[in-house]
Amino acid sequence: MSGYSGFIVGFLFIALIIACICATIYGRKLIRTEKTDAVFGNPTKALGGWHWVVTGVSFILLSWFYFSWDAARAFNPKSANELCQIAKLDYAVNPIRTVFPIDDNYLRGTRLLQREEAQLAGLEGNIDSLGLNDDKKAYALLIIESMRDAMTSLASAENLDAATTQKLAGIEERINTLTDNMADAAFPGAPTAKQIELAENQGHWGDPLNEIPLHPASPRGYKFDAAAKEMRSIARDFGRIRNTNAAFLAQIEEQKSRLKTFNQLTESATGLSDNEISERKDFSKTLTRVLRRIDDGLVFPPTALTGIEAALIALDKEQRNQQGAVSLYASLMMPGGSIDAGASNCSEQGSGRWLPKPSDTIATLARISDPDIGYKGFPLLWYKMKPVSEMIGFIVPDFIVSLVPGEFPRHDESGLTTGNFKTSVYNFATGNFDLFSVPVPAGHVWDSLLRVLAGLFFGIILGVPLGLFMGLSRFCKGFFDPLIELYRPVPPLAWAPLILTIFGINDDGKIFLLFMVAFAIMVISARTGATGTALSKIHAAHSLGASNRQILRRVILPNSLPEILTGIRIAIGVCWGTLVAAEMLAGTTGIGFVENVARKQSDYEIIWTTIIILGLLGLIFDLIMRWVINKVIPWRGKG
Amino acid sequence: MSDLVSDNLNMVFNVSTGGTVHALKDVSFTLKQGELLSVLGPSGCGKTTLLNIIAGFIRPTGGKLELGGEEIDGPGVNRGMVFQQGALFEWLTVAENVAFGLEIKKTDPDVINKKVEEWLEIVGLAGFGHVPTYQLSGGMQQRIALARCLINDPDLILMDEPLGALDALTREKMQSLVLKIWKETGKTIMIITHSVEEALLLGERLFVMAPRPGRLHKEYRLPFAEQGLTQDLRDVKATEEFGETREEILTMIWNMEEEIMGQV
Ligand SMILES: Nc1ncnc2c1ncn2[C@@H]1O[C@H](COP(=O)(O)OP(=O)(O)OP(=O)(O)O)[C@@H](O)[C@H]1O
Ligand SMILES: [Mg+2]
Repeated sequence: MSGYSGFIVGFLFIALIIACICATIYGRKLIRTEKTDAVFGNPTKALGGWHWVVTGVSFILLSWFYFSWDAARAFNPKSANELCQIAKLDYAVNPIRTVFPIDDNYLRGTRLLQREEAQLAGLEGNIDSLGLNDDKKAYALLIIESMRDAMTSLASAENLDAATTQKLAGIEERINTLTDNMADAAFPGAPTAKQIELAENQGHWGDPLNEIPLHPASPRGYKFDAAAKEMRSIARDFGRIRNTNAAFLAQIEEQKSRLKTFNQLTESATGLSDNEISERKDFSKTLTRVLRRIDDGLVFPPTALTGIEAALIALDKEQRNQQGAVSLYASLMMPGGSIDAGASNCSEQGSGRWLPKPSDTIATLARISDPDIGYKGFPLLWYKMKPVSEMIGFIVPDFIVSLVPGEFPRHDESGLTTGNFKTSVYNFATGNFDLFSVPVPAGHVWDSLLRVLAGLFFGIILGVPLGLFMGLSRFCKGFFDPLIELYRPVPPLAWAPLILTIFGINDDGKIFLLFMVAFAIMVISARTGATGTALSKIHAAHSLGASNRQILRRVILPNSLPEILTGIRIAIGVCWGTLVAAEMLAGTTGIGFVENVARKQSDYEIIWTTIIILGLLGLIFDLIMRWVINKVIPWRGKG
Repeated sequence: MSDLVSDNLNMVFNVSTGGTVHALKDVSFTLKQGELLSVLGPSGCGKTTLLNIIAGFIRPTGGKLELGGEEIDGPGVNRGMVFQQGALFEWLTVAENVAFGLEIKKTDPDVINKKVEEWLEIVGLAGFGHVPTYQLSGGMQQRIALARCLINDPDLILMDEPLGALDALTREKMQSLVLKIWKETGKTIMIITHSVEEALLLGERLFVMAPRPGRLHKEYRLPFAEQGLTQDLRDVKATEEFGETREEILTMIWNMEEEIMGQV
């Protein structure tokens, strides 16, 4: 399956490149030959043309394939595995590398010394606030000074232990051997049977459960994997090397006892202010910490590590050399990120991670489109059978039961109840009877769609008449304007918590929220349309004998249609936006709900799926509106 | 007899900046049924205001106005109006525009179709019934506006610079059309124009109005409309009498305009 989809992606990628180029060339040719394009600003120029649509769409899809690394996965599915081995070596060498100014400005020892010296200087400057008499002050300064001495003794090459020197040389040699091995084509020898078995059973790049196969599967992979293993061992051994010697250890012990003495002096002193006590405690605490850090023995004489540094640089050069074409391939086809290795897995980093691959996204869409799977036990868009009796029960009001004369039956002596006419009516009104079922649409998409359409519907049928009247009557305008202008400027989502609390988090609340949104927009657009009617048209209709109602229906309404339809188009957009946000806020179905759950689980594919669904729905709505506008108001802009 | 009788008509507008504009002052005249009246005057002398009052779109602030013995109160089907710019309903086709008045009256559809065809024929637009109006030229739109007004069979036809936006040739054709319709239907027609020539050709009677305050300045009785019924319009214009009258009126209006300029 994976190889197969890779083939499809590769094919699509190339097909898109060709489509993009051909459409662009065709478009350029048209520009050169077409008359309408000769005039700058001619609106027919903006009518577009399918070729530019092809160019745009294929460009977007190409970018998506490219930046999400889908194309890389299609053309070279093994590359991720090799990059994973390379990353392993990188990960292994990291602990040593951080000691040297390779990725950093300073040697680690330099940095440590600078930091401790800054601490000591700070203490020295602050010494007067401790409230010490001259003797004690001299003692404190002595502690600081001996701390400096201990640090200097570490940095001095004379004091470096012979055993330590030897260990460092051993590390250097091992790294150099590794470098030689890397250059050797035969290293690390043929893979073992176990390695081959692991490589064969580990799946492919992009399989649902392991993002990137971990075990080496190619000659280069085996080499880097082996190198990484050796490097891990070298790094471990290097990490154990501490720069200490007998004189240094004695100094440390002496310092410890001095600090103890200082602490005792503080405790036995009387008449100290609170501030002085806390300052003194800080002083000794800071010194204790500095001491402990120096004691780690991580500072080496400045030139002691140069051999290892050179060896590391040589290794780095060689391993780059050994990466060969893979690294070039990675930087070309996997833009904006890399493949990283951790302790026990490899993962995509950068756009390859947060921008799901089109093939994965489509696969996810296909998977959750299956009505048996859906999302959270509810299909995306499907149907369910609904008994007609239930619908009748919903429509028929229950109070008709009380209009029927008579009483509900009582049980008789044998404890049984016989139904009468009144119980039949009751069953009918509550939908408690058997009739056939009909299929009705159901699913997340349908729920969202229904809410938007219902909100829009009520918004239009109530908003348009009100808007028209507000455009016609001073009273209507004056009366309703404050009401609408007070609630309209509030962002719809600000209403959501209130509305959802009052009307419930299910359909009612959301539909009412969307109704509020659509209503205000429709009122305003209908009002603009009505006030924009040319007076001469109304005069003409008057002198042709039309009554006020006829003028409203036959002149003002059609004349306002362009504004009303534009209003509907805007309202649809705003409604979708509000709905998705409201569904994220509360509820158990709908596209916004799906996206919100996916967000909590960092399921990028589902998130992108919902984005695609919303985009497509928006596009469909807009196409429908464009079609309606062309059909209904072809005169727009030409009156 | 439905004569139009205007008795001391006055119209004073309150301007939004404060102050008033005396648009019409003591306008009195009688227009007999079947007369063709053209009204001429410098810009702002109250011609449109007068027409709007007769059509019933605005109420005069003083005076009385009667058509056929009945006081005019609001717009009515007995007065048809043709506007400077068609004022057609662009959401309707040509035929639907023309049929508008009859539809309002709930006339039988067959009758409507027949009458619409007739009128399209008369204004020379037969076969254009199904075309949307926004696809037509200015002259065609004006002819539709005329047909839309006339199909309603009004007693009085009011036209506010109906031919102002047309080119010379179309304009002449339309002038003949108006004369033809006047003769064939015997309607009372009141036409406002800026062109002295047009006023002479399309006026059995001619009012020249003066501005500030708007009032009737001078009235003429002219033979040219009658002549235009039988002769080519260009021949009528070529007569010496036509030329002299035109010069006289031009000078009069010229002087009025000078006076306005002087005042400013
Ligand atoms: N609704 C109104 N409110 C205030 N003043 C008005 C109004 N309508 C017209 N007027 C004023 O009344 C005067 C006459 O206007 P009117 O439109 O009748 O002129 P007109 O003769 O038709 O001019 P034109 O030849 O330019 O069309 C003008 O001074 C105008 O400013
Ligand atoms: Mg005017």
